[in-house]
Amino acid sequence: MTHEWLYLGIFLTLAMAIPVLALIIAGILSPKKPNPIKNSTYECGMETVGPSWVQFKVQYYIYGLIFLIFDVETVLLFPWAVAYNRLTLFGVLEAIFFVLILTGGLWYVWRRGAIEWA
Amino acid sequence: MTFIADPITFITHWLTQLMGGWGWSATLIQVLLNILGSGILVLGAMVFTTVLIWAERKLGARFQDRPGPNRVGPWGIFQTIADMLKIFTKEYITPVGADKIPYNLAPALAVAAVLCVWAVLPFSSTVFGTNIGIGLLFIIGVGGLGEIAIILAGFGSNNKYALLGAFRAVAQLVSYEVPMVIVLLIPVMLSGSMGMNDIVAAQSVPFIVLAPIAGVIFFITLIAENGRAPFDLVEADSELVAGYNIEYSGLKFGFFFVADFLHAFTSALIFSTVFLGGWQGPGVENAPILGFVYLLIKTLVVYFIMLTLRFSLPRFRIDQMMNLNWKILTPLALFAFMVTALVNKLLPAGNNLIRIGGLLAVNLLLWFITNWALSRFITNQPRPVVSGARPVAIGEKKTVVKEETSA
Repeated sequence: MTHEWLYLGIFLTLAMAIPVLALIIAGILSPKKPNPIKNSTYECGMETVGPSWVQFKVQYYIYGLIFLIFDVETVLLFPWAVAYNRLTLFGVLEAIFFVLILTGGLWYVWRRGAIEWA
Repeated sequence: MTFIADPITFITHWLTQLMGGWGWSATLIQVLLNILGSGILVLGAMVFTTVLIWAERKLGARFQDRPGPNRVGPWGIFQTIADMLKIFTKEYITPVGADKIPYNLAPALAVAAVLCVWAVLPFSSTVFGTNIGIGLLFIIGVGGLGEIAIILAGFGSNNKYALLGAFRAVAQLVSYEVPMVIVLLIPVMLSGSMGMNDIVAAQSVPFIVLAPIAGVIFFITLIAENGRAPFDLVEADSELVAGYNIEYSGLKFGFFFVADFLHAFTSALIFSTVFLGGWQGPGVENAPILGFVYLLIKTLVVYFIMLTLRFSLPRFRIDQMMNLNWKILTPLALFAFMVTALVNKLLPAGNNLIRIGGLLAVNLLLWFITNWALSRFITNQPRPVVSGARPVAIGEKKTVVKEETSA
């Protein structure tokens, strides 16, 4: 059991370390000749206007909120799905009611126009 | 265990015995083998990407009636290697005002996020990185890491195009994760485990037969998570120049490129593992090496379908993409999940044929209901007019004064 997680730890370290190492090697190999025009922010040749941290559409935020609701829901459902074969019909119906309530939530945000890209 | 039937296990046994013979402790041998195995897998995946890039460029060119790379080596197969050598010696241009830590972390994280998936995928019945009990959940979580890399790149670059790309990434990738995660409950339910090996082992009948709607939804969401056409709003070349990776150069850009291509192949790999039966096929019990071949064939077929879609479909508009996700895929995924759970429980256990028939019938029914609902509520509605005609050409009328040439 533990050595499976040990493998995963080694794998994650290597998966992160090899790209970083390659980036460093390329950084040593590559030329370094910066100048102000080259380093300026690319905006199709125009002078940049204002800071890049602009205001953004609130819709992005609402999508994030709805995503959070549904993702928490599925995290709750995964253990249920693992135990599915050992459940009685009642256990299945209970999960279905749970999902139905969330479907009602989706219907609600739909009716309120929260998932509309207006 | 003969060498031909299962070479990797044979070599592992041989190495274990060899190092055991030197008097090393079992833990040390385990750690060394883990480092060796994961190193080979990580490097192998990255080297394999060079082949993938060539294949995709060549095929894409053929789809679009161009010759594609054809200069470096036969059929241009060394093109990617030449590109790699060039990109290694290119200058890193860091834009003014870039946030150094997220800006430099993003490319490595993008590659690492894709590579991590390979740790839990079973390549044959005996060859797999690791068999953790929550393999599928791990894949979903690591998929989220890739989104973080895109967001870091967008916010760190100090560029409005990059920031817009990151916004879209948040909206698109995060939204499409909802139906994907719901749909992934169905394979977990049918196999009774989240471990990838158990999921593959449970697929004597591939899950695409038992849950075709779930398979189709998963396929669509995989393409969307990948950020490729028709869902390439994240890096829409014609609107955002390049999206989140616009300010990157040299190998930093190259890693986003690698991550993109590797992600496409990994998506196909995940799909064929979860829904097409992975390494399952005739004769794998005796020769596990055949599992590799089956998995590779299935993956390449799925990959080819993805490429066909990529090179033949136009890009969605963002509201269309969001409607597809929230108004079609998410409700459909929820209903497919509920119906599959109920019907699979109601059908008598043990009889496989009745189970397949019942689930197929239910899926077909759901498919027809969806089709009817689509034609009834969505497709036939006229498009709402958001605003009137823009006053572009209406202005002060210039009266052309005719110069009279009178004598």
